[in-house]
Amino acid sequence: MTATSDREQMAYVSAQAADARVNVELDTGDMTLNIGPQHPATHGTLRIACQLDGEQVVVAEPIMGYMHRGYEKLCEVRTYPQCTTLINRIDWLGSFANEVPFILAAERLMEVEAPPRAQWIRTILFELSRIANLALFLGDMGVQIGALTPVFFAFRDRERVLNQIEEVTGGRFHPNFDRIGGLKDDIPKGWIEETRSVMEKMRTFCDEMEDLLVGNEIFQARCRGVGVIPPEVALGYGLSGANLRASGVDWDLRRDANPGLAWDQVDWRVWTHPDGDSFARYWVRLQETREATRIVDQLLDGIPSGPIMAKVPRIIKVPAGEAYISTENPLGEMGYYVVSKGDLGPFRVKIRTPSFNNISIVPWVMKGVYVPDVITILGSLYFILGDIDR
Amino acid sequence: MTDEEAVEETPAVDDTREQLLNELSQNLGDILVESHLRPHEDVWLRVRIDAWQDAAMISKNSGFEYFGFLSAIDWHIAPEGRYEDTEFDAGLTEEDEEPVEIDSSTGYGGGDTRFQLLMQLYSLRDQVGVILKSDVGDDMTVDTIRDVFPGADWHERETHEMFGISFRGHPTLHPLYLPTEFEGHPLRKDFPLLARQVKPWPGVVDIEEIPEHLEAQLEAEVMAAFEVNGGGA
Repeated sequence: MTATSDREQMAYVSAQAADARVNVELDTGDMTLNIGPQHPATHGTLRIACQLDGEQVVVAEPIMGYMHRGYEKLCEVRTYPQCTTLINRIDWLGSFANEVPFILAAERLMEVEAPPRAQWIRTILFELSRIANLALFLGDMGVQIGALTPVFFAFRDRERVLNQIEEVTGGRFHPNFDRIGGLKDDIPKGWIEETRSVMEKMRTFCDEMEDLLVGNEIFQARCRGVGVIPPEVALGYGLSGANLRASGVDWDLRRDANPGLAWDQVDWRVWTHPDGDSFARYWVRLQETREATRIVDQLLDGIPSGPIMAKVPRIIKVPAGEAYISTENPLGEMGYYVVSKGDLGPFRVKIRTPSFNNISIVPWVMKGVYVPDVITILGSLYFILGDIDR
Repeated sequence: MTDEEAVEETPAVDDTREQLLNELSQNLGDILVESHLRPHEDVWLRVRIDAWQDAAMISKNSGFEYFGFLSAIDWHIAPEGRYEDTEFDAGLTEEDEEPVEIDSSTGYGGGDTRFQLLMQLYSLRDQVGVILKSDVGDDMTVDTIRDVFPGADWHERETHEMFGISFRGHPTLHPLYLPTEFEGHPLRKDFPLLARQVKPWPGVVDIEEIPEHLEAQLEAEVMAAFEVNGGGA
């Protein structure tokens, strides 16, 4: 229709709006909105094809594979020590944490146990990667819904933690530091004191985030009640980590199935939230970051002395068997199902990544939400693309 | 039964898992083919393929509500091996006292077919996981369990494209990762890894060779350091 005057056009628009209200004439369905593959709000190359009806999502389907690197296949043609190089690159924000379950699975098959000192340093580095990983989320969640400041704080403070990881391992993102039977090296001199002051700063960072976002009215309005996941649905989809705990399920593999690291030596608690919405997921991660700094502080006090490597042969051959070990990684349950046939390399490695399951709930949770909430939910589910695609 | 043997061998007795295994075996009845228990590690159950869906349902009702993952294993030995039939690889075997022996068995819980399904479930009540396996027959088809565990949806799609196993009743078995025109099932053992065929793998040299005149000295140093530190633990 061509409007002849403003007044006429206004009359037309209001008439159409009235029609839409009583759902008579205006057809608002059949619109497809592609979010991604390259979009600032998708953490990488994930594409979400949304079918819309007006402002509401009818079907949301994530389309992946833009970053599929075939690690399960590649692991089959590498030796055990070489696999950790690949595994580092699955969840690149918490690399050290990725190595641990794979190494533990190999250790279980070889019936080798790392000495206590190695286990403690492992746990410290594990928690440091958690802090580095979650710190970015805490800032990034702000960006997803339009608050720019927090992310700068997050990048600034995450760097401090990465520096500590780098000082020990030599790598900011890809440490490749964990070995079957222990660790590559001991911690350097003066590192414990430095880490303690960094933990202090990270607690300040958490307080800042609490002031900037959690207490913010707009943030609450955008997150509260958005993307509610009930606990039974979360369990059926295999959600893990903070996403599950934000739905009120009190389950943390660090506490409930500790595979031998030093978490049972310190005093800490698991945080849950009953709401199951985006706000709850943010809040749980915020508390977890704080709790992790406390865990690190306590661990730093009590690192036992002793060797950092158990006696392992120079050529590592893992006896035939199968083992599944999973740990509570920053993103959730990360597990490796390793099948060995007594060879130098694994026969089959199934990599169970947290983000894959966490994102598989997207079609369910996004039914009927409004377009801006799509971004909020994606941000709050928190995934790393490499962790989905492997 | 395999599980009884395993318990006899190791002095460690794992009451939680044993009790759980008994309970599950009773509930599963004749669906269960074989079971295997490694104390304080895991429980493996092999179930009949035609009752895969029922097995998932029964396990869920027995408290295994958390869906971990679903995948498959190809038990064939890869024809190309690990692409390491090079001079160096031969050298490595020679240096080694026991040459690599490929075990031809099909893992815990046994198995008769080339492909096996693999699923991990977890019980939050008992804090124990269970691994379910099932032999996939020649028709390469199994009932979908996405109605029992909605999270299995994507896992089944992945297994379908990677191994070529079809899931009866799954509405959207189109590829998850691979391009639509992709041919073959990459995680099958006979699927060649093209990159390795085009260019030899430089990473074969995994262990740096230590010069002969330094080896004894180095070994002594490492052992000395180990003993000094070892006393402190």
